[in-house]
Amino acid sequence: MSKQVTLTINGKQVTAPEGLTVADAAKLAGVDIPVFCHHPKLEPVGMCRMCLVEIGRPVFDRATGQPVMENGQPKIQFMPKLETACTNRVSEGMVVLTQSEKANDGQRGTVEFLLTSHPLDCPICDKGGECPLQNLTMEHGSGKSRFNYDEKQHLEKMVPLGELIYLDRERCIQCARCIRFQDEVAGEAVLGFDERGRHTQIISISEPGFDSVFSGNTTDICPVGALTTVDFRFGARPWELKAEASICSQCPVGCNTTLNTRREAKAGGEIVVKRVMPRQNEEVNEIWLCDKGRFAYHYTEGKERLTKPMVRKDEKLARASWDNATKTAAENFVANKKDFVVLASGRLSNEDLFNLKSLADTAGGEAILYSDMDGGELTQLVGVGAGTNLGTMGKGDAILVIASDLYEEAPIWWLRVKQAADRGATVIVANPRATKLDRFATYTIRYSYGDELKTINDFEKKSKISDAFTKAKNAVIFYGNEGLGVTGTSVLSSACANLLKETGHTGSANNGLIGVWQRANDQGAFEIGFRPVADLEKALKNKAVYIVGADPVGDDPNLAKALKNVKFVAVQDIRETATTEIADVVFPAQAFTERDGTLISGERRVQRFYAAVPAVGDSKPDYAITAMLAKQMGVILQGTSASVVFDILANSVEALNELTYDALAQVKEQWPLVGRNDVYYGGTTYDNTKGLGVQLIPLAQAGGAVKISKVRKEAALRPKDKELLAVPSNKLYDLGVTVQTAEFLEQRIGETSVAMHPTTAKKFEAAEGQVVKLSFDGVQAEAVVKFDETIGTGVVRIPRSMGIAIREPVVAKVQVKAAAGKAK
Amino acid sequence: MGVFDPIIELTKGLGETLRSFLMEPTVTVSYPEEKRPVRPRFRGRHVLKRYDNGLEKCIGCSLCAAACPADAIFVEASENTDEKRFSPGERYASTYEINMLRCIYCGFCEDACPTEAIVLGDNYELSFLNRRDAIYSKDMLLEPVSSENMLTPRKVEAGVFTRSVPEMQNPTD
Ligand code: SF4
Ligand code: SF4
Ligand code: SF4
Ligand code: SF4
Ligand code: FES
Repeated sequence: MSKQVTLTINGKQVTAPEGLTVADAAKLAGVDIPVFCHHPKLEPVGMCRMCLVEIGRPVFDRATGQPVMENGQPKIQFMPKLETACTNRVSEGMVVLTQSEKANDGQRGTVEFLLTSHPLDCPICDKGGECPLQNLTMEHGSGKSRFNYDEKQHLEKMVPLGELIYLDRERCIQCARCIRFQDEVAGEAVLGFDERGRHTQIISISEPGFDSVFSGNTTDICPVGALTTVDFRFGARPWELKAEASICSQCPVGCNTTLNTRREAKAGGEIVVKRVMPRQNEEVNEIWLCDKGRFAYHYTEGKERLTKPMVRKDEKLARASWDNATKTAAENFVANKKDFVVLASGRLSNEDLFNLKSLADTAGGEAILYSDMDGGELTQLVGVGAGTNLGTMGKGDAILVIASDLYEEAPIWWLRVKQAADRGATVIVANPRATKLDRFATYTIRYSYGDELKTINDFEKKSKISDAFTKAKNAVIFYGNEGLGVTGTSVLSSACANLLKETGHTGSANNGLIGVWQRANDQGAFEIGFRPVADLEKALKNKAVYIVGADPVGDDPNLAKALKNVKFVAVQDIRETATTEIADVVFPAQAFTERDGTLISGERRVQRFYAAVPAVGDSKPDYAITAMLAKQMGVILQGTSASVVFDILANSVEALNELTYDALAQVKEQWPLVGRNDVYYGGTTYDNTKGLGVQLIPLAQAGGAVKISKVRKEAALRPKDKELLAVPSNKLYDLGVTVQTAEFLEQRIGETSVAMHPTTAKKFEAAEGQVVKLSFDGVQAEAVVKFDETIGTGVVRIPRSMGIAIREPVVAKVQVKAAAGKAK
Repeated sequence: MGVFDPIIELTKGLGETLRSFLMEPTVTVSYPEEKRPVRPRFRGRHVLKRYDNGLEKCIGCSLCAAACPADAIFVEASENTDEKRFSPGERYASTYEINMLRCIYCGFCEDACPTEAIVLGDNYELSFLNRRDAIYSKDMLLEPVSSENMLTPRKVEAGVFTRSVPEMQNPTD
């Protein structure tokens, strides 16, 4: 902890860490100083003058350097004018008066000024009810204005900054919190001020408008209703909303969220989620959320939700009772006992996965994780140590990101790594193409697709980069599956684990390996014993398959073909998918908003989510369905409640030993203090009252012997003439079921395009924007060509989940379609 | 007491009856054929008012619902466009319901409304055969219009109706 100084605020003696602003120190001491432009996560600017207070400092004798005494007390000299509490740092002996007549007068004046050009349309303003300007006007306003209302400015009330965020020019008080958030925190300067004086306004200076995946956060910290989201616009009044804690299910970061719910006429009078808000967890997402997490929750709604169990009768799926459906499935699975396969994805909670694994084990089946990425056993061994907090990494620490585009795959990790770089951490970005993190990287390594192993092995040779990594105080490696499939990531993860082990970067906080998984709970699936397989088609062929939370048929025509030749398919999901269409039995599951459970993030933090809305139709939680099915198969599993399942899980999976739901629900005070009653200080982020989660201890930290198997070399693929090496990459907004259902994200999803180096494209006589035909491995597809000068030649990069099935690098035939046009 | 006393008393009483029958005005109203006018401040069944041009005064702000001590009001808002305008400004009530069985006719909603849209009217004839009928929806509450082209939603000239709450006036006192 840094040095403490003692000062007096409103006659009360308090101590605060040196370097804190007076506004923050007061907050820490429980004194609220009104602020608008100041935000504890942003650099002070002193733009709004709301925080005017009287500040006095002790007088020092120039000759002796000793404080001058007066009546036995140090003499305090006050500045003749009021000062801003947000720009002055605390100092020893300082005296601050926040409520004196003079200070109050200054604050009153500022409010009066601000209101001269404010529309006061609180009744229709989305911020009304949780608005700092409303609150501070009530508390510090004079109640009367000396200004002439007729001279009020009338400005545009609906200016789209991008397709997700709208600006109301009248309401903006020019505090620049939004601009500063984008510049300082997100590192994407896409907003700016235009014009001057009374004409000052916020504009977006990017193309497309407000081009950032963090844009929603500006609506939280905007102290007025100037910024609104297209999703929540006029959705409800804040006081009508109920709040329940949840965890974002979109990526392995595991951001803490709050689901705001309300009864809705448009939804037939049901209680629905109206908006997703960040919930403070300084070790995970601080007070931020990415736009995918904030807006892409709509997949839990809609008429495609499965509501009733179904059984295939005369070639058609027909409604059935739970009893009938589970019995049918059980009979078939028992009859094909030797061929029983459970295929589940990391979209499920630990409780679900545990029951599925137990069923597979007891019934003698195989449990397969539906994922293109391997290495989860290694994160159990040398994953980041308990106590890891990316927010504390800085000078002297190193972060290596390999084969992953964090911005597209795990935006909040991107943000945290970027901020670690700002604090002085050495960030090494190794990727076959340029990514957005390059801008903040100390070193960038550009390797060719297929050279991942070599890239890691090069760290053993002496170089500036390897030195920086080896000698770092703490080091973390993020590895992903850009350009890789299951086999490739298995090789890469062992190489990374070995590197960490050899350089001594395992077994303690802020050291270790993090997998940038495709789904939120892939790490949990690994902990419970699920493993992906390299050849999924083969693994499914002629089996009796129980598919849970995955859509292999919709994702890949090869898997669709494989699933045609199986003995039996039971599918359990929340929505109708291409896979439920071919199923013999369909079980309707509850969405994560309708039930409770736990997820394990990539940093191996076990976190609880809670039920926020009632379940749809006859759906049941996944773990309960599995327990019902198991019972019909003669296997006894718990299915009464998530906590009961978790207790058994915590007792049988070693890493989770002795964890309880209670432990996961513990909270402690976090800095900065944000929450509901002081919206003007931290924004509308929710305070964390329902649990910060618990980080698991990797084997290396527990003192176990860590053995990492020898790294094999993957056979390189050799494309021939007229062929290219096709490699997968990841995209934040894709055509996945969890994104597609939010209509307003359509523009962000965009059309299906593949990237090539211009030279490569030239060889095939393909111009930018032209449509090419790709064929590989039984897949035929068309896509628009985009140029990317940063990737190697001879390669075509295909985004996953954008309509072209690609799970691992393959050799692809490429043909240019005759006329230029749009792809389907 | 004499024998005739009761008769005298009875006659006196009947005399009074006769007097009031002949001399005093009749107060009995033969409801429902006849209805008594209500007082100016009478609080009866709500009406959602319109501006003179037919646009709805209600802007879907839910303040009435917030003020209501009986939780009788449900409001859901949506966004206006000049192509399809319900009320001035950006916001209108796409759902507006009052449960007349819950309502205690206190008039708080009236007080809370920033546009004087919800007004407790003269109608006190509320009876229902089932509970559902007690929920008055927006079309039942809205004031009728005098001509076709005043109906909402309707297409209006672009950029005219930009203010949700009527312009504020400088205080004159
Ligand atoms: S920003 Fe605040 S004060 Fe301004 S109209 Fe909205 S709620 Fe009212
Ligand atoms: S839009 Fe909001 S955050 Fe941005 S300057 Fe205006 S008031 Fe501040
Ligand atoms: S009159 Fe009173 S009880 Fe009835 S709807 Fe209005 S506020 Fe509610
Ligand atoms: S009636 Fe008045 S208070 Fe109620 S929603 Fe409409 S405008 Fe708001
Ligand atoms: S000037 Fe201090 S909060 Fe704005």
